[in-house]
Amino acid sequence: MQKNKVTCILCPRGCTIERNVQGEKIELNGFGCKRGLEWAKEEFTNPKRILTTTLHVKDGEIEFVPVRTNLPIPKDNIFEAILLLKNIEVVAPVEIGSVIMKNILDTGADVIATRRVSKKNSSND
Amino acid sequence: MEKYRVVIIGGGPAGLAAALESFKNLKGDKRVLIIERDRFLGGILNQCIHPGFGLHYFNEELTGPEYAHRFVEQVLENRIGYLTETHVIDITSEKEIVAVNKKGLKRIKADSIVLAMGCRERTRGAIITPGTRPAGIFTAGQAQRFINIEGYRIGKKAVIVGSGDIGLIMARRLTLEGIEVKAVVEIMPYSTGLRRNIVQCLDDFGIPLLLSHKLVKIHGKYRVEGVTIAKVDSQLQEIPSTERFIECDTVLFSVGLIPENELSKKAGIVLDMRTGGPVVDNTFSTSQKGIFACGNVLHVHDLVDNVTKEAQTAGRYAAIYSQHPELFEDNIHINVVAKDGIRYVVPQKLNKNFVQPFVLRFRVDNLYKDAVVTISNAGKILIEVKKSILTPGEMQSIEISQKILSQLDFSSDIVVSLQNI
Ligand SMILES: Cc1cc2nc3c(=O)[nH]c(=O)nc-3n(C[C@H](O)[C@H](O)[C@H](O)COP(=O)(O)OP(=O)(O)OC[C@H]3O[C@@H](n4cnc5c(N)ncnc54)[C@H](O)[C@@H]3O)c2cc1C
Ligand code: SF4
Repeated sequence: MQKNKVTCILCPRGCTIERNVQGEKIELNGFGCKRGLEWAKEEFTNPKRILTTTLHVKDGEIEFVPVRTNLPIPKDNIFEAILLLKNIEVVAPVEIGSVIMKNILDTGADVIATRRVSKKNSSND
Repeated sequence: MEKYRVVIIGGGPAGLAAALESFKNLKGDKRVLIIERDRFLGGILNQCIHPGFGLHYFNEELTGPEYAHRFVEQVLENRIGYLTETHVIDITSEKEIVAVNKKGLKRIKADSIVLAMGCRERTRGAIITPGTRPAGIFTAGQAQRFINIEGYRIGKKAVIVGSGDIGLIMARRLTLEGIEVKAVVEIMPYSTGLRRNIVQCLDDFGIPLLLSHKLVKIHGKYRVEGVTIAKVDSQLQEIPSTERFIECDTVLFSVGLIPENELSKKAGIVLDMRTGGPVVDNTFSTSQKGIFACGNVLHVHDLVDNVTKEAQTAGRYAAIYSQHPELFEDNIHINVVAKDGIRYVVPQKLNKNFVQPFVLRFRVDNLYKDAVVTISNAGKILIEVKKSILTPGEMQSIEISQKILSQLDFSSDIVVSLQNI
C-alpha cells in the first residue's frame, strides 16, 4: 500500500509528515526536526517492525514461549514470518535469548526466545 | 511468626525493583521477602510480549518478559526471599501480614511493608453497557493473558472498546493471530494511547479508530453476534440516528485500570479519590507509618520505566524506615496540591525530614496545546515548563531539584497548575 502520510512516533509532538511526489522529485513536509525527517524517509521507503508472537513449546513448565525478532524486519514480511514460525516445534528447556530460527525469510534477523522455559516438573523452578 | 525487615506484596516490576533497593540499603539483617500470588515473578509483564519496555531505563527496546527477567535474575543472585502462588489476604496497621498458599495460612511480621499489587481492569459493567451477556466478552488484559500465556484462540472477528494502550496493543495482537479487528471504538475525541501504539497497532493494519463513538449495545444470545455503535456529541451524548451495527463474535473492553487497593483499605490507609491509590509523600510512605506504595497500586502508569524508578525510591525508604522510624512521624509534611487543569499529582506530600530531589508525576484533565505547567509555593513561581501538547493519557513528570527545594517556604503548600498561553 502506497501511503503519502505518516505520523512520526519519535516524540510526543507526533508530527504528520507528508510526501509529495512530482516526477523524479520527492519532497517531505511537516517534520518538526531532522530526526523525524530521517525516520520518515525510512518509513516511506522501507518500514520495519520488530515482530513478536508466542510459539507452542513441548515439555515446558508453561505451554507457550514468547519470541521476537532481534532486529526490525520489513513490515511486508510480518504475516509470512508468523505463518512460518507457527510450523516449527520448540522443545523445552528454552533459555532467554536463544535462537529459535536463524535469518528468518532472509531478513537478516533471528527469532529469539524472550522468556526462559524450564522443562516440565524440573525442580529448578 | 516469621519476621522480616521489609516485605513486598506483589512480584511485578514495582515489587522486584523495591525489593532489590530495600536489600541494597539494609544493613546487617537483610531479610527481605516478596509475596506473589501468581506462579511466576514478573507481574503483568509476563503477558506483555510486545516490545516497548525499557527504552528509558535500559536504553534498549525490550519485551515485557525480558524486562522482568533482568530484575528477577538480580533477585535470585542476591538470594532475596520470595513466595509464589501465595496470596496476601490481610495486612494490619501493625504490619502483620496474613497470606494463604497450598500449605495453608501464614502470618508474617514486617518492620516495613511495600505495597506493589498493581491494578485491575475496569469491566463492561463499569461503563454500563446494555445488551445481553453472551460468551465472547473480555477485558483486554484478560484476552492478552488467554492468548499470550494460555494460547487460546478467543474469536474470529472482534470490536475493541477503548483506545488506551492495552486496547491498541491487543488490536495488533489479535490481527497477528488471524483475528479480524473491525474497529476500535473510543468515546472521547482523542485516544489516550501512546502515538507509537496508534501508528504501529492500528495504522499498520488499516484498523479504523472511531473517535467520539460509543458502544450502545451488545447483541447475541449464546455468543456475541455483533455490537451497535453510535456517534456522540461534545457532551458524550449519543447523536440520534447515527447507530451502526457491526458484526463480530468478540468484544474486548479496554476502559481503564483501577489500582488494586482492597488490602490498603483493610490496613486503614488513606486513599486519593483521583488516583485511586494511597496518598503518599516523597518517600512513598502512606498514611500508615511503615507502609509504602509504588507502581500501579499507587497510580496507573503508562511506562514501566517510571514504575521501576518510583519503586526503587519506595524500596530505599522502606529500608530506611526499618532503621529510623522516627523520621516518618506525623506532622512533618507540607501538601502538594493539583490545581487548574492538573487532575492529580503524586506524591501528594513532602516529608520535611527528607528534603531531597524527587520527581513529581501528574496527569492533566483534558487535551491541552501550548500550555505552561507551573510549580509554585507561597505565591512564588518556582518552575515553569512549556509543553506543546499535553494529553490525559500521557503521564508527565517534573524534577524537583535541590535548588528548587532550597527556595521552599515550608509553611505553605506546593501548587502544581496549568496555564494556557
Ligand atoms: C497490557 C499492558 C501493556 C503495557 N504496555 C507497556 C509498554 O509497552 N511499555 C511500558 O513501558 N509499559 C507498559 N505497560 C505498563 C507496565 O507494564 C505497568 O505499568 C507495570 O507492569 C506495573 O507494574 P506493577 O508492579 O505496579 O504491577 P503488576 O505488574 O500488575 O504487578 C502486580 C503484582 O502483584 C500481584 N498481586 C496483586 N495482589 C496480590 C496479593 N493480594 N497477594 C500477592 N500478590 C498480589 C499480582 O499478581 C502481580 O503480579 C503495559 C501494561 C499493560 C497492562
Ligand atoms: S518530527 Fe521531530 S518533532 Fe516531530 S514528532 Fe518526530 S521527532 Fe518529534
